[in-house]
Amino acid sequence: MLRYIARRVIQMIGVMFALSLLIFCWLRLLPGGTVSAMLGERATPERAAQLRKTLGLDQPLPVQYWTFLKNAAQGQFGVSSQVQPGTDAMQVFLNRLPATMELAAFAIILALITAIPLGYLAAKRRGGFFDTLGILGSLVGVAVPVFFLAIMLRQYFSVEWHLLPLTGRQSVEATRVTGFFVFDGLITREFDAAWDALKHLILPAIALATIPFAIIFRITRAAVLDVLDEDFVRTAEAKGLTNNVIRRRHVLRNAMLPVVTTIGLQVGGLLTGAVLTETVFSIPGLGDAMKVGFENKDYSVVQVLIVMAALTYVVVNLLVDIAYAYIDPRVRIR
Amino acid sequence: MTTALAVVGSAALVLSGCAESKRESTDNTSGAAGASNATMTFAAAGAPSTFDPFYASDGETFRISRQIFDTLVAFKPGTADMEPGLATSWTPSADGKTWTFKLRTGVKFTDGTPFNADAACKNFERMDKQNDAGQSAAGYWADNMGGFNKSKDDLYQGCTAKGDDTIELKLLRPTSKFPALLGLPSWSMQSPTAMDKGKANDVKAQGDGITQSEYASKMPTGTGAFKFEKYDVQNKTITLVRNDNYWGDKAKIGKLVFKIISDGTSRKQALLAGEVDGYDLPSPVDWPSLKSAGMNLEVRPAFNILYLGLNPSKTPALKDVRVRQALAYGINREQFVKTQLPEGAEVATQWYPKTVDGFSDSVEKYPYDPNKARDLLKQAGQSNLTIDFWYPSEVSRPYMPDPLKVYQAIKSDWEKIGIKVNAVTKPWNGGYLDGTKAGQAPAFLLGWTGDYNTPDNFIANFFSNKSMGIEAYPWGADFRKNMSDNDSIVDPAKRTAAYKTLSDKIMKEYMPGVPISHSPPAIVFGKNISGIVASPLTAEDFATAVKK
Repeated sequence: MLRYIARRVIQMIGVMFALSLLIFCWLRLLPGGTVSAMLGERATPERAAQLRKTLGLDQPLPVQYWTFLKNAAQGQFGVSSQVQPGTDAMQVFLNRLPATMELAAFAIILALITAIPLGYLAAKRRGGFFDTLGILGSLVGVAVPVFFLAIMLRQYFSVEWHLLPLTGRQSVEATRVTGFFVFDGLITREFDAAWDALKHLILPAIALATIPFAIIFRITRAAVLDVLDEDFVRTAEAKGLTNNVIRRRHVLRNAMLPVVTTIGLQVGGLLTGAVLTETVFSIPGLGDAMKVGFENKDYSVVQVLIVMAALTYVVVNLLVDIAYAYIDPRVRIR
Repeated sequence: MTTALAVVGSAALVLSGCAESKRESTDNTSGAAGASNATMTFAAAGAPSTFDPFYASDGETFRISRQIFDTLVAFKPGTADMEPGLATSWTPSADGKTWTFKLRTGVKFTDGTPFNADAACKNFERMDKQNDAGQSAAGYWADNMGGFNKSKDDLYQGCTAKGDDTIELKLLRPTSKFPALLGLPSWSMQSPTAMDKGKANDVKAQGDGITQSEYASKMPTGTGAFKFEKYDVQNKTITLVRNDNYWGDKAKIGKLVFKIISDGTSRKQALLAGEVDGYDLPSPVDWPSLKSAGMNLEVRPAFNILYLGLNPSKTPALKDVRVRQALAYGINREQFVKTQLPEGAEVATQWYPKTVDGFSDSVEKYPYDPNKARDLLKQAGQSNLTIDFWYPSEVSRPYMPDPLKVYQAIKSDWEKIGIKVNAVTKPWNGGYLDGTKAGQAPAFLLGWTGDYNTPDNFIANFFSNKSMGIEAYPWGADFRKNMSDNDSIVDPAKRTAAYKTLSDKIMKEYMPGVPISHSPPAIVFGKNISGIVASPLTAEDFATAVKK
């Protein structure tokens, strides 16, 4: 088992190494660069050359890459030049992570608590008005661009009706503990602050939850329809069990398997969707950092974001594989 | 989805009572007109690059700096003209190389350190003494002073305290930059005590950026109308509070919050929703709707220029002055300004706006005349000219709200005089700026917003680098000498006259490119905000804001 884990860890390091090389070359081969972004219109060639020299960007690419690797091995990815200028890029990542996680968590909860009951209801009333409406709604949910929906939500709920805040994460003074604003408000008993943070999450979470909602709704509906046709449901009905018991014990439990798989896939998609949602709602999360970083050639921040995303993916995969190997010894031998 | 929206919408409606009560309570704290503890929230388009303005060159940083710091020289509200700041008067020596500044007395930095001659000289010495990373980061000093550490190109040669309220600044040579230059936020007077404590000069290159000092990130200390309170990076807000010991008129609001909203539509919606009290550079397309919604849209006097650069080193046909003149006659600038630019925009007749000393009324004009343009091209033997025309993508500048539209207008006009135009478009920071500055573009669009009221601040930026290929012309060296000589004239009246002559010469004989327009940028505030004077230098003082 230990040998298997060691082999997988070495593979993982190889993957990360290849990935870092790819990111490094790709960013540096893009036109423009951090120097022109930092100097703007006032960039004289002399000043640009001086800044390039100061930052070591006048060195050959292999030398730059070696310096990058040495620093990265110590957890140093450089300093942000645009997203949060002058701040360690890893610190920028850590500052931004809670906003994205909070938004994604809220969006997936919103999608689940609406899509599963509605999907179940649509299946139960198959072909009826509610079912048709649900199918149409889910189609629109997938088809409408997130940014358009976001702008519409803001226009009505914030600008016209003044019901919900439009940008940012919080409008009131609050104590920061973990960076998860709702949670911070609860643990510090600043309930006003928690409530305020929650209100800031509603519109972006709706925008972000739209696609997962539509997909989970469709899968739930289809899965429930399949289960409803099964003999064991008819048997349960014949036995005279209550609808509640049939729904919980027989239908939902069996229908949830494909739904759970879909939810897993959607969580990954949420982080991608956050780029757009965070930009539109001006939420300082990882998505917003990625956009500002790319636009302004903030290599340090972009590198950290990609490397951390890749590392998370690779580590999760490794853990899953180790778990498989533990459960099924044949995997270790292969 | 519809159902989901309805569910959440209903929930939001139920919650709305709380949302409204919160809004009411915020308004209540605003107080009445005049001095109050009201909070004004201003939407910023981006994060400030630092809170130490010496290392900055971006507008978002300078806007915040101007509220925290004072400079020796200030600008009269609503103009680009100088007025006393922390210095009450200034006098140059006969050779223009020594400047004596009389300082305001009884002023203190917000940490209690007195502002005096010693503090002012410590500021200048600190600015000049920079390590490699500091020299790279201090763009304004590098561009305007020419060098660091009293090097041979360094305009700054020393500061001497003459008593408690007088300083003497020594320069390498006389320059028109002085003393207006000292009104820029980069030359803000900062507390020497706080700078020492926060190791303000301790910056170094790391990866692709330059680290900030503790001073710059946590403790910027000036003598201004507001004090820095905090930068909440997790909520993208910067909070300043009123400096109750301010030497001048105290701020009329108690708190000033900058909320970073990078998306333009979001800034507009946030203002309309009452979430922020103002934002800068609203798109001209939005001006009518903002006005009709009752917002206070302040249009600044145009202190900028959009120009068409030409570079003969890339397209040799451009070396002939008749071709360059034909290109100018061939652009219908009047129609472009009327149809594409905001109200108040003007056709540029020369390379700086008319409020700049040195503006000449007698320059050669180039009204739209396609026949004359065709004739000139024929005379030059260039009736079938082809030009690669560069314009930037993904950007909007105060002098150029929509680069694509400028390109399309010029292309259409040029095609009418028989010129074939090939479009080359690149992202602003993805090759456009680098390429044009390196002289790779035969024809291109660029512009400039003035820092202060001198012709040198405009033309030296356009013609001193490779972008216009001035060195390829036979008169290139003369032109550069002219610019440098004029900049060194000590007597203001003589200097103005010399710049007028130069402006005439540029437009009649040199014609190195085509000045196109001056567009007034705007700044917008909510219905309940008044008292802010729009500045052509974008140097608005928020301390005069009144929130009702």
